[in-house]
Amino acid sequence: MDATGVTMGVRHIGADVAVVDIKGEVTAACEPVLMSAYEEAGGPGTSRLVLNFAGLEYMNSGGIGMLVTLLVRANRQRQQLAAYGLSNHYREIFELTRLDEAITIYDDEASALVGAAT
Amino acid sequence: MTEATGPERVRSAEQIELSHREAGAGVVPRNDAGRWAAKVDRLDVVARDGVRGTNVAGRRLTGPVQGFGKMWQKTYRLTAGAAVTPEQAITTWKAHFPEFWPKGNRFAGALTGISPGDVALLDLAIGGGVKLSTGVFVLYADEESFTLMTPQGHMFAGWITFSAEGTPAGTVIQAQVLMRANDPLYEVAMTLGGHRKEDVFWVQTLTALGHRLGAADTTVTTRNVCVDSSRQWRNAGNVWHNSMVRSVLQTLAAPVTALRRRG
Repeated sequence: MDATGVTMGVRHIGADVAVVDIKGEVTAACEPVLMSAYEEAGGPGTSRLVLNFAGLEYMNSGGIGMLVTLLVRANRQRQQLAAYGLSNHYREIFELTRLDEAITIYDDEASALVGAAT
Repeated sequence: MTEATGPERVRSAEQIELSHREAGAGVVPRNDAGRWAAKVDRLDVVARDGVRGTNVAGRRLTGPVQGFGKMWQKTYRLTAGAAVTPEQAITTWKAHFPEFWPKGNRFAGALTGISPGDVALLDLAIGGGVKLSTGVFVLYADEESFTLMTPQGHMFAGWITFSAEGTPAGTVIQAQVLMRANDPLYEVAMTLGGHRKEDVFWVQTLTALGHRLGAADTTVTTRNVCVDSSRQWRNAGNVWHNSMVRSVLQTLAAPVTALRRRG
């Protein structure tokens, strides 16, 4: 983990779905890391992007803003965004900021992969 | 000093000035418990002196996802110098937030300052003797930043983050808005001078704060980036909640309302 306090690994599931495993702190400072992961995950063939927040340790309002920026980029490419692994605390923050209306939240990876595919 | 960037030139983070403090985040594990507001579905309002207090109670919060217009990230920065720490700057900003606003605008918040979950009522000067009555919700607050989120009917859907960071040049204070105009009427208004007016508002606010903090140079830099040039037409119906229209109607109806109360 570098000074941004976060690592993001990318897994490709099939031809058109990618999972980004987020570990650490989500703040505005981690935008280069997230956008780099997005470049790797969100190629031309990717139609669904799933964010795994099971390793999320901390998030501030700058982190929420960064996710909105990611959402804009995904929408431009007509890609769906989904998330899973959020604790109750962070799920409530998604609901409070109404980010859950654009990034669908699932309980686990299997549901996220299936849900995103429908 | 102003700079504007179109969406086609926005790649990502390198164009969004990152906090020196945030760049070093993660060295010490942090805990955000108590810094975020508890979840609310609709806003409850406590009456406050000096503001009309309408167009907030019962409204939902709106972020950029719920807005209508182009999405903008607007950043205003001022170097306050080395005599004040980021924590001191934010403590002063939180404790005296309304005092730094330009004249003619009212921010009526809790007496205790800015705390997560607070709802503040606003009367904003929009010209012609009309005050736009709206509010803001304190979404997040810690020692070095705090964020306000807007309700339905506000000029924009989004949030404003106020922060301070230590840099080699001293403490830098910043206000950063991530927003979309809430509905088509506001989008037109923002395009026809609203954005410029908002820039002036926050430049004056930071200048006043800079004076309070003892800044030697109170020059404010402004950086406006259009993050998304598309409009979200599915949210055009937000115009139903438009607080500007409602405030005008409330102002026109005020004499009748007062007579009814007396009767």
